Amino acid sequence: MSTLAVRKAAPAAGTTPGTAQGPPLRRRIALIPTVTLLLGAIYTLLPVAWVVIASTKSGHELFSTFTFLPGTGFADNLKDLDAYRDGVYWTWMGNSALYAGLGALLSTAVSAFSGYALATYRFKGRETMFNVLLAGVLMPPVILAIPQYLLLAKADLTDSYLSVLLPQILSPYGVYLARIYAAAAVPADVVEAGRMDGASEWRIFTRIALPMMIPGMVTVFLFQFVAIWNNFLLPYIMLSDDERFPLTLGLYTLLEQGANTPALYTLVITGAFLAVLPLIALFLVIQRFWSLDLLSGAVKS
Amino acid sequence: MPHTKRRRLVTTAVAVSLGATALAACGSEDGSKAESGPVSLTYWTWTPGMDKVVDLWNKGPGKKDQITVTVKKQASGDTLVTKILTAHKAKKAPDLVQAEYQALPTLVSNDALADISGEVGDVKDKFAEGVWQQTTLGTDAVYAVPQDIGPMMFYYREDLFKQYGLKVPTTWEQFAETARRLKKKAPDKDLTTFSANDSGLFAGLAQQAGAKWWTTSGDKWKVGIDDAATQKVARFWGGLVKEGVVDNQPMYTPSWNKALNTGKQIAWVSAVWAPGTLNTAAPDTKGKWAMAPLPQWSLDQDVTGSWGGSSTAVTTDSAHKEAAAKFATWLNTDHDALNALAKEGGIYPASTSAQLSGAFSNPPAYFSNQADFYTRAAGIAKTTAPSAWGPNVNVAYTSFKDAFGAAAKNKSDFAAALKTMQDDTVADMKKQGFEVSQ
Repeated sequence: MSTLAVRKAAPAAGTTPGTAQGPPLRRRIALIPTVTLLLGAIYTLLPVAWVVIASTKSGHELFSTFTFLPGTGFADNLKDLDAYRDGVYWTWMGNSALYAGLGALLSTAVSAFSGYALATYRFKGRETMFNVLLAGVLMPPVILAIPQYLLLAKADLTDSYLSVLLPQILSPYGVYLARIYAAAAVPADVVEAGRMDGASEWRIFTRIALPMMIPGMVTVFLFQFVAIWNNFLLPYIMLSDDERFPLTLGLYTLLEQGANTPALYTLVITGAFLAVLPLIALFLVIQRFWSLDLLSGAVKS
Repeated sequence: MPHTKRRRLVTTAVAVSLGATALAACGSEDGSKAESGPVSLTYWTWTPGMDKVVDLWNKGPGKKDQITVTVKKQASGDTLVTKILTAHKAKKAPDLVQAEYQALPTLVSNDALADISGEVGDVKDKFAEGVWQQTTLGTDAVYAVPQDIGPMMFYYREDLFKQYGLKVPTTWEQFAETARRLKKKAPDKDLTTFSANDSGLFAGLAQQAGAKWWTTSGDKWKVGIDDAATQKVARFWGGLVKEGVVDNQPMYTPSWNKALNTGKQIAWVSAVWAPGTLNTAAPDTKGKWAMAPLPQWSLDQDVTGSWGGSSTAVTTDSAHKEAAAKFATWLNTDHDALNALAKEGGIYPASTSAQLSGAFSNPPAYFSNQADFYTRAAGIAKTTAPSAWGPNVNVAYTSFKDAFGAAAKNKSDFAAALKTMQDDTVADMKKQGFEVSQ
């Protein structure tokens, strides 16, 4: 019973050899989904291809040569980007890594704690709390940015690294996902067995439940990492010192240089191209954790 | 478009959080302190290279007066105005801000800018009257020191004009005729485009025609966006778009750059800063362009509008208003500072004495074929019509983009779009609690 639940909940757990191979008839029907998916892939990848190709063009070639013809200016673009205001781009990149990396890690930890607690313990107000969280999921973070600014201004924390990190640590969606995942992946029997063996609640959580929740937590981490990496409004309102800007904000200042100054297109495009590389790398590295199906056979039903 | 959308979200968010503001507002102390000992100021600006200009201050006059200024580089635009207002609600606005002229009434009506008439009153003569008037909003107060201006001009491809036998238009009527003649001779080309993305351009054109979009009488505002002068401008461009003799695509897009670079569009109604933009947009056509005064509505007139330009203002949150005003004055009137601003930031100075010296004694490299570029520019700058900005220019601009964007795309009635713009602006002002007379 519980094994089945785990299988369903873990995103990559369904790809067992038995189900992948269908009869020949079924495969022919799969043509339509395949074409649809291919079209979708082209639709989403074309702009990426544009960025990749445009980043190789010099300012001279950018708008004058054929869109998908690679240019010759990639090395110069990199050099210009590196030279722009003494390499402030790399500071932005480092800031983004800090906000997204640390922020996503802390956010995942908070989500794991609260998600596990909501899934495992029965206490008064549990459902109310969960419903409030659900309402939080529906609330776009954009609406909260200015109230958060005004609150942090009272604490004298604006224009600091903390001002961007703190508001992003609690992610209602992360908690929601963690609860759903914990409920599916951590069987009550396993927790009970741990208690019978005399393990403390903390030990049960860290040694037994947490490893079982890892695939879900990886998802939460990735979601939160990408959300923070791409976040614009919160850092925009919080920060005024461009040494603390993340990439999104830094590139925006390159675009909006005043009505009478042309946007630094080549720098922005090259900068945007470099900015997606860490995300791609992260996905490639972390992907394998998704198929991790630790202890899924711990309970025999 | 994503930009506009984001801005709207910001505005909405500000509106939503107004309730929270009341909380944040208490617990702040009075700003004025005795000026003694070292002072450090923060300055929000988007001008490229401003940190280098400020270095001159910190090492020179600033060191002597113990006033250190720190630059915090920002992105320009309406979003910055919102950001300043948000910071001001938390009493955390920087000491000095760069602000476009049309943003000053918004900032002043939110009590974000300090009256520095006592500190900077004596530099009035360094600026053209029409420019200075924008920083006083027609009152006895002074809310900013002018930094750069954008008098509008007409740019055209000299070689292609010759090739098609076109004459440089001196009136808008001739301008329309030129557009038609070009279309006849080269149907795939356009004289220029009407860009519904650039509210500032339309505002400048209306200003040239004599429009006064916001005026006050007593305590009441009057919105004149839908006045006779602006209607004339809207009808004129709407007619050209409908006729198909000018393009209807927005400016500052890759395809616009391409159109300029390949000679698909052969003229551009722009401002004094155009050489920098053309250098990026149309690098292949360097040396082939020329500048002329903007076409006039009647032959006996000689006026232009302005597109762009900004000022340096001191905020009410600053604890060192006197020191901040001192710096703002130095930045925009000192010979060395203005030279550095022109060199590092590429700005066209508001200070009349700087318009013909230093960086402006030679033409911009892109216009090396027009030796008297800056002499003519300074002459044109003197003819700038007075402007009349109000407290919600951003709303009018957004409405312009929406209404005129749709009208230009569908080649439909521009007069109706103008009416929408007027109604949106008046409705917003009433909502904000301003008294508006009909």
